[in-house]
Order: sequence, then C-alpha cells, then structure tokens
Amino acid sequence: MTADPHGVAPIAEPASADVGAPRRLRIRAEHVRDYGVLVAFAVLFIALSLGSAPFLSTGNLLNILYENAPLGIIACAVTLVVVAGNFDLSLGAQFALTEVCAVEVAIHWGVGFGLVAPLVVGGACGLVNGLLRTKLRVNSFLATLATSFVYVGAATAISGGLLLSESSNTFLALGRDSIGQVQYSVIVFIALAALLQFVLARTVFGRFCYAVGGNRDAARLSGIRVDRIVIATFVIAGVAAGIAGLIQASTTGSGNSNDGTTLALQAIAAVAIGGTSIFGGVGSVWRTVLGVLFLALITNGMDLLAVNFDLQPIITGVVIVAAVAISSLAVAEGG
Amino acid sequence: MPGSEAGGGPDVRHSAHIRLAGIVKTYGGKRALDDVALEIAGGTVHALVGANGAGKSTLGKIIAGAIRPDAGEMYLDGQPVRWADPHDARRHGIALIAQELALVPHLSVMENVFLGIEPRRMGLVARQRLARQYGELVERWGFKLERDALVGQLRLADQQMVEILRAVATGARAIVMDEPTSSLTHVEIETLRTMVHDLRRGGTTIVYVSHFLDDVVELADTISVLRDGRLVHTVPAAEETEASLVRAMFGATVEAQHPEQPLRPPGSVVLEVRGLQRPRVLHDVSLSIRAGEIVGLAGLVGSGRSELARAIFGADRVEAGTISVDGVERRMQSPRDAIRAGIGFVPESRKHDGLFMELSLAQNTTIAHVRSIASKIGVVKRGAERSHGRSLIKEHSIAAPSPAAKLSTLSGGNQQKVMFAKWLFRSPRVLLLDEPTRGVDVNARAAIHRLINDLAGDGVAILLISSEIEEVLALAHRVLVIAAGTITHEFGADPPLAEVMEAAFGVTAPQAIGA
Repeated sequence: MTADPHGVAPIAEPASADVGAPRRLRIRAEHVRDYGVLVAFAVLFIALSLGSAPFLSTGNLLNILYENAPLGIIACAVTLVVVAGNFDLSLGAQFALTEVCAVEVAIHWGVGFGLVAPLVVGGACGLVNGLLRTKLRVNSFLATLATSFVYVGAATAISGGLLLSESSNTFLALGRDSIGQVQYSVIVFIALAALLQFVLARTVFGRFCYAVGGNRDAARLSGIRVDRIVIATFVIAGVAAGIAGLIQASTTGSGNSNDGTTLALQAIAAVAIGGTSIFGGVGSVWRTVLGVLFLALITNGMDLLAVNFDLQPIITGVVIVAAVAISSLAVAEGG
Repeated sequence: MPGSEAGGGPDVRHSAHIRLAGIVKTYGGKRALDDVALEIAGGTVHALVGANGAGKSTLGKIIAGAIRPDAGEMYLDGQPVRWADPHDARRHGIALIAQELALVPHLSVMENVFLGIEPRRMGLVARQRLARQYGELVERWGFKLERDALVGQLRLADQQMVEILRAVATGARAIVMDEPTSSLTHVEIETLRTMVHDLRRGGTTIVYVSHFLDDVVELADTISVLRDGRLVHTVPAAEETEASLVRAMFGATVEAQHPEQPLRPPGSVVLEVRGLQRPRVLHDVSLSIRAGEIVGLAGLVGSGRSELARAIFGADRVEAGTISVDGVERRMQSPRDAIRAGIGFVPESRKHDGLFMELSLAQNTTIAHVRSIASKIGVVKRGAERSHGRSLIKEHSIAAPSPAAKLSTLSGGNQQKVMFAKWLFRSPRVLLLDEPTRGVDVNARAAIHRLINDLAGDGVAILLISSEIEEVLALAHRVLVIAAGTITHEFGADPPLAEVMEAAFGVTAPQAIGA
C-alpha cells in the first residue's frame, strides 16, 4: 500500500544509467534494420567466394545480373509503390501482358512500335491500378490481385495461348547484345536502379512518396495531392514491368503469357529483405537492389555448391523468413 | 481533509460501497491526483466533475482498475483492495464503461453481452439457455434491445447499453461511466439517463464522470468536484446548480493571467469567414481575424471547435460559406488551397495529422513548401534544407542532435516546435492552432506561448483553440465561445473566466453575435 519506489525517488545516477542502456540497444537494433541486408549480402558474398571457385568470375557475376535484370527492374520500381504505402501484386501479370504485346505489336506493326508498346501498356495497367486504389478506394492488395487476373487473361487472349515469336535482329538486340561483356539488359537494370534511387531519395516526388506512405493524413494536411502521388507510383511500376517484359521478349524472341507468375511476389520479397517497411514510409531502392542480389546469390550459390535441386526452394523460403524476421525483431526492440 | 462525508442525505441507501484515501497519481512530474479521499455510497449515482485535466477521468479509471495509483488506499465494502488490472476489478464487481467501447461489432447484442461467459454444453454454446438468460437479464433491468441485432449497426447509446448489460451480466455491482454522453445525441442522452435510473433502482452503484453539468445535476445523488488533481468538495447534488459547479471547478480566486501582450494598433482583416456550414457539425459560423490578432476559441470537446479549424483549412468539405484571406475570396477545396492562401494549421493530434515520425526534423519542416527549396526539375537542395534545419534548432532551441535526426527521437515539446516551424518556413498570413500545447512540458509550453505572441507581433492572424481555458484567456485579444457548432458568445480581451466557462457549458443564454 505504499508508493511505487520508481515513481517517487528522483535518484539521478541510476536513472541516467537506465536511460543510457536502452538507448544503446536502440541504436544497435536500428542498425540491424538499416544495414542488416548489407551485412547479410556481404557475408554471403564472401562465403561463396571462399566456398566456390567459379563464383567470383566476371562471367558468373554478370550472369547473375543478367538473369535477374527483369526481376530487379520490377523490384526497384515496386519499392516506390511500397514506400508510398501500397502493394502491387499485378506486376507479374503486367510482365506477361507487356511481353506478349511487345511481340504481337512487333509482328503486326513493326519492330519500332514493338519496342514502345510494352511501356505504354504497362503504364496503362499501372494507371488502372492507381485509379482503383485512389478513386474507388479499393485496398491495393485486393485491387492488384484482381487486376492481375485481368492482365494475365488479356495476355492469353492476345496470344491465343500460343507462343508468339519475333526474330528480327533489332528486336533481339536488347535481350541478347552487349557492350563488351555487359549485356544491354544489365545496363538498363543498373541505369533504372540508379535513376529510381535518385528519384526516391532526392526529388520532391520521392519526398512526397515517403510522406504519403508514412502518414497519409498528415501528407494531405501538408498540401500534398496524395492521390496523384499514389497513381504515379503505380504508373512507374507499370512502365518498369513493361521494360522488364520487353527485355524478356527480346531475350527469348517470343511472348509467353505464362511467364512471370511468381515475379510480383519475388519482387515484394526482395523489397522486404532489403529492409523497406511493407507498411510504407521507410525504405529505399538501393536496399531493394541488395535484396534482389541476396536472393540471386542464394540461388546461384546453391547451384554452384550442387545443393539438391528439390531442396533449393525450401532453403530460399527459410532464408527469406529469417532475413525478414531479424529485421522486424530489430524494429520491435527499437520501439 | 476536505469534506468527504457524503453520508446523511436522504438518497444514501447503504454505507460506503467504495472508499478511497490518499490517492496520488503523477504523470511525468505533474500531479494528476493529489491526496484524494472519497466515499461512494452503495446504490447511488456519484458524479465526478472538473475541468479538463482536473483528474476526474483518472480517478474514475483508478476505481475501475484501468489506472494504478502511485499511492493511496482503496476499500471495497470495507475490505482493502488493490487492482492489478481492469479484469481484477471486474471480478470484484466493478466495471468500466470507457469512452471507447470494447464490443465486437459483427456479433449480435446477445453474443456481446455474454461474450466469454456463455453457458456451454459439451464445449458448444448452449443457445437456448443463452437466450433464456438474456431474456431474464433484460427483464430484470428493464432495457429494451433487439437481441439479434448486430452491435456494429446500433446507435452509440444502444452500444453503451450493451456494455452496461454486459457489465451487469458479469455481476457488476458498481459501474464507472467515463464521459458517457460526450458523443451522444439528445435523444440518446435521454435513453442513457433512463438506463442510469434503472441501474440505480436495481441497487447498482454508478460513478459518473462527466463535464456535462446538466446531466450531472439531473442524475447524481452526490457530486464530487475536482480541481487541478485535488478534491474541492463532495456535496449532495440537491445543493448544487450548474453555476455553483462551474465556480467550484474553477475557483472564485483563480483568475486568469492577463494577456502578455496588448494588441498592437489593429491591422486590417486578414481572415474572414462567412456562413460556414457543415451538416451536424457547423451551423452558419462567421468570424474575422485581423493582422496581429489572437482570437481564442473556447468550447467543450465536440462543440465544433476543431471542426471549425479543419473546415477553414480545407481539410473537411463544407456545404456552404466563404473564406477570404486579405480580402480575396478563396476556394478551400483541399489543404493545398489553404496553404497556398497562406494559412497554416497545427492540428490537435500531432502524431496522426501533423508529423512524419520516420522523416527527419529538417524534412518535417520543409514538407509543406518543399518545392521552394527544389530545383526546377524537382531535386531537393539538401544543403539548403540542412542549413534551414540547423537555424531552426538554434532559433527555437529545439533539443535535437542534428537536422537529420529522425522526428520520432524528439520529445513531445520539441515535436510541437517542429510542427510550428513547418508553417513558419514560409511566412504564413493565418495560423490555426488546435491545442498547441497539449502534452508538452512546462518549459516548452512557455516557449510556445512566447512564439504565439511573437507571431502575432509580426502581424500573423491567429486562431487559438485550447481546452485549457486559462491558456486562451492568457493569450487571446478576443475570445469566441462555440457550442454545438455555433458561435454563441464573444468577449473582449481578458474576460472573467467564470463567464466564459458558463458560456461554454451553456449555462448562459447565447448572445446575439453581430456578424
């Protein structure tokens, strides 16, 4: 029936020590979220360099980038959508649709149009997602889940379920040609990643993405046109899906409406592994690039180390859970 | 000890059901309750009244176990008790009906009432027995509620009824009601009053926390008045009137501080609002504020004071009315329009409506005008932003390690300074301040008061909303009283506190305001 001793006695020394301890802890916890992906990537990279001789060859490293260019492009762009507080699950479907459109248009209208069409179609798909989200107030998770059915359906309808093919050299250049050893598609991936990193980190638009995703009401009360920002992020993601679809079409010389079924989820996984908050407001594109490469290294490493092929997806899944759990535990601890 | 003897009145039917002695509760150095002693007789309605921050809600929550006191004793039927949590109190027969109801919206009335205590048979809910129990309960207490209606679709008063039924179903003999009428309509308030009468007739003790004095005078057997965390007195309700309660709540001797700065030669009208109308919220509200003038807006929670600020800022759609800044009529379709017209808004809830916790201090202050420190193609000039942040830290003595510090690492007072800095970044013509010092410490409060005065001195037109009437009186050159969405009274600088309070509580009849 007496007073709580902590509430009454103002003892300076232990109190400041109490404040000090959680503070140090918080800094450490925040660092796990901030730089965890960097450390994980570095550890994996070094381990693979030591464990597998062919890993550190230029050929292998470029091949990793080459194989992951479409995923990387989509993941970097969806980072903007996520930072602004939304999801886009339709990017895999957009990837398939734009791929089919690229080939179809190239066949019927000429290669020039075929190179532009996927970007326009992707942008239009993104616009639809953005309008559903902002004007009809449909949750982005459900809106893009629904549109992904529509986009895949459109891809199948356009291709008639057939594998379309286009084999002119101009059309195939993007996917197959290179400057020195570096393929065009790798250059496009790196350039887009750099551009999106700059846009998100340094521009007014990027700032508004963080504001909208971090606190929608406060963003509106700061005079930000929230709907426009959200729509723009979806359109950017759509155009990026179009670029990725074009690269795929150009690489294979064909358009396949069955491509990209897991791409949207892989992209979101890469975003989350990088440490971007799936609740919006926090994150960056360089993190996503590391997230993509981290996933790629796991796959590549398992191939090089000849891990049983059937076990590979299981290991990948466990690693994703571990990476995301460590960063969310760190955030929870830091308050 | 101030008179804690409530016994002897004709309404007191039992000896003390609940007794408190020496209750102390401190929040961050401020005493919310200071040595409070109270006796609550069984089967009576005992009201706790006081101004905002007087400690009445805290006291009610302590009785119901939702808040633990730092010191003091509590006795239930003469036995010393100490609640670990609200469930503990509930097991001993004391239930809390909080302002935010704890019901499951998509379950029926009956299911909610018996949630967790359903009669079971072989692990399944015995529905027939449940229905029978519900029927008995409703009959006993005389409440009329459709048992299969979904709770989420009920009116608020009926939802409260469900909570009350739930309380009595779990065997509560005392119910603490925290501001039960604050969001109810007139008709609903009547329902609630009937309910309280029914409960009292059934022998339940009611602790009724409210700032609606007409309710209190009408319902209570006994009234305890709190002021600044101390018990002023406990008296039979029959001896009190609304006016005498207001005097007790604010103290005859407590006169407001006088405005720190006299109004400079009044400037021209900067903000002019005419006939603002928003269904059920604002009714034909007109006001004008001159350059350098601080206009205080006094009113109770739910009077429309925050809604008025939001409407002027374009945050909520209005049905009718015009807003002019510097004589130019502006369409306020969105906050963006208001910002362009030179209006800034410090909202009531910093966390929800004002600040970006994950952005840096500097980024928070530039967000509303970020284009002005960006290049033509929209690249933010980070050097300019940082140096702006640094000068702010110095100018407003914000305790932050650097302009890049994440806002969430700052204290409440410093966050509020950032909230101001956000609008001061580009000199505003009008500032709407809703509870500008809520939740900040004494020093930050003084700094913010100085800042408000300085801004007025610079010719900014200021609308100041505060639930602390003393704050309004200390700063405002003119005070408007708002009640039920209408401006009812206008006072000049430094009006008598009691008169403003009586106006806000609706004790005095509305004036005709010359618009």
